[in-house]
Amino acid sequence: MSVSGTELLRQIKSKIEEIDPSEVKELIDEGVAIVDVRGSEEFATGHLPGAKSIPRGHLESRIEGVVPDRSSELILYCASGNRSAYAARTLQEDMGYEHVRSMTGGITLWKDRGYEIEIPRALTSEQRDRYSRHLLIPEIGAEGQQKLLDARVLLLGAGGLGSPSALYLAAAGVGTLGIVDDDEVDLSNLQRQVIHSTQRIGIPKVDSAEESIHALNPDVKVVKHPVRLHARNIMEIIEGWDVIVDGVDNFPTRYLLNDATVRLRIPVVSASILGFDGQLSVFKPYEGPCYRCLFREPPPAELAPSCGANGVLGVLPGTMGLLQATEVIKLILDIGEPAIGRLLLYDALGATLTEVKVHRDPDCPICSRAPEQIADEEMGVFPDYEAFCAAAG
Amino acid sequence: MATIKIPPVLRASVGGEKQVQAGGDNVREVLRSLASIHPATEEQLFSADGELNRYVNVYLNDEDVRVLDGLDTAVGAGDTLVILPAMAGGLQGSRVQ
Repeated sequence: MSVSGTELLRQIKSKIEEIDPSEVKELIDEGVAIVDVRGSEEFATGHLPGAKSIPRGHLESRIEGVVPDRSSELILYCASGNRSAYAARTLQEDMGYEHVRSMTGGITLWKDRGYEIEIPRALTSEQRDRYSRHLLIPEIGAEGQQKLLDARVLLLGAGGLGSPSALYLAAAGVGTLGIVDDDEVDLSNLQRQVIHSTQRIGIPKVDSAEESIHALNPDVKVVKHPVRLHARNIMEIIEGWDVIVDGVDNFPTRYLLNDATVRLRIPVVSASILGFDGQLSVFKPYEGPCYRCLFREPPPAELAPSCGANGVLGVLPGTMGLLQATEVIKLILDIGEPAIGRLLLYDALGATLTEVKVHRDPDCPICSRAPEQIADEEMGVFPDYEAFCAAAG
Repeated sequence: MATIKIPPVLRASVGGEKQVQAGGDNVREVLRSLASIHPATEEQLFSADGELNRYVNVYLNDEDVRVLDGLDTAVGAGDTLVILPAMAGGLQGSRVQ
């Protein structure tokens, strides 16, 4: 016996549970999974805060990716409450979801009540094309790509480490890249600093880097600081950035950077290179150790290695700079396990990676205290290395 | 004999080796043994009072000996000690990375 569409809907609604928008509004804050079963174009015009989009046609194949646990609470909605009723029946009867409810009146009633909606910023068609390989990865997708486009990453140095980081972060669509470097491109840089070029020898590195970044991805905004970091300018320069990529080449600045980033709670992805060896760690203030937890103080000047030019295998800063870029992206997207509380030691000749643990020091002179307790005059304080390096020539 | 991994900045002090073997039942003994074979490492590792310098970390396998028993931490024959002095980013100490 055939039934009319209206009758079928009535029968289905009698078999599923419905929920009023006022109740959904309460549950949103509790983190209950909310799924929008409308088409993706409808979702793009606005949706319930925090709702995930699974168009009804993809429901069976995608629901487990969003709500893997069949006993967890789940709310579905559409435009008026009909498509979500059919979807609820499918999840309940065919897939065994135990606590599915369909929101009465859909997003239309939700809006009529004056409740908040979220309007997603859509990627342009060119962006969908450019970042298509990101969009295909579930851990990134359109939402993750938007996070990358919104992110602000500051690179300290457009040198060996900064070159590959900047290029790949730009390619990945990190929306704003800041570069701090007061140097000019030199012929001897080009064995490893691949963001520059032979034609640009003698021009400021920040300008050269900007040119390469824009040639690769005009979406990226570049903020240039052709200065050296010091105690008087550091807070102003680093404030407001989401992540800092550290290629700082001397101890005074390394400690100053640590103290300033702890005060501002900015994570630092740090790497260093020498010869055939590289090191990498992520310092996320108050979640993991800071640089002073790792090394309370720098070596005294007489035991420090020469401050003159050191040799390095040209590809090594490439490897380490890209490990930094990878950690930056993980921090922005909040995925994976960033190298927080771990120091990775890469030996290029041996092709080995060794890992050691780094603990927060409960007596750390900086991060054992609240940011507001750290005073300006304490920042970066320890024996003066720049004077030593100047003396050593 | 424990294996000691030598960081780049100390390799000149041990004849260019990346890792060396040294005997001893605890971290202090193993490092003292290293310093007796390669005297140039001594002032890098130990302060005047015989303790580990603050700017040098030593790891037993992957754990910082300061969170174990410090220089008294027991070392077995198959263990690896990693010596790690402070190193600034970029090309250490140099102006241009």
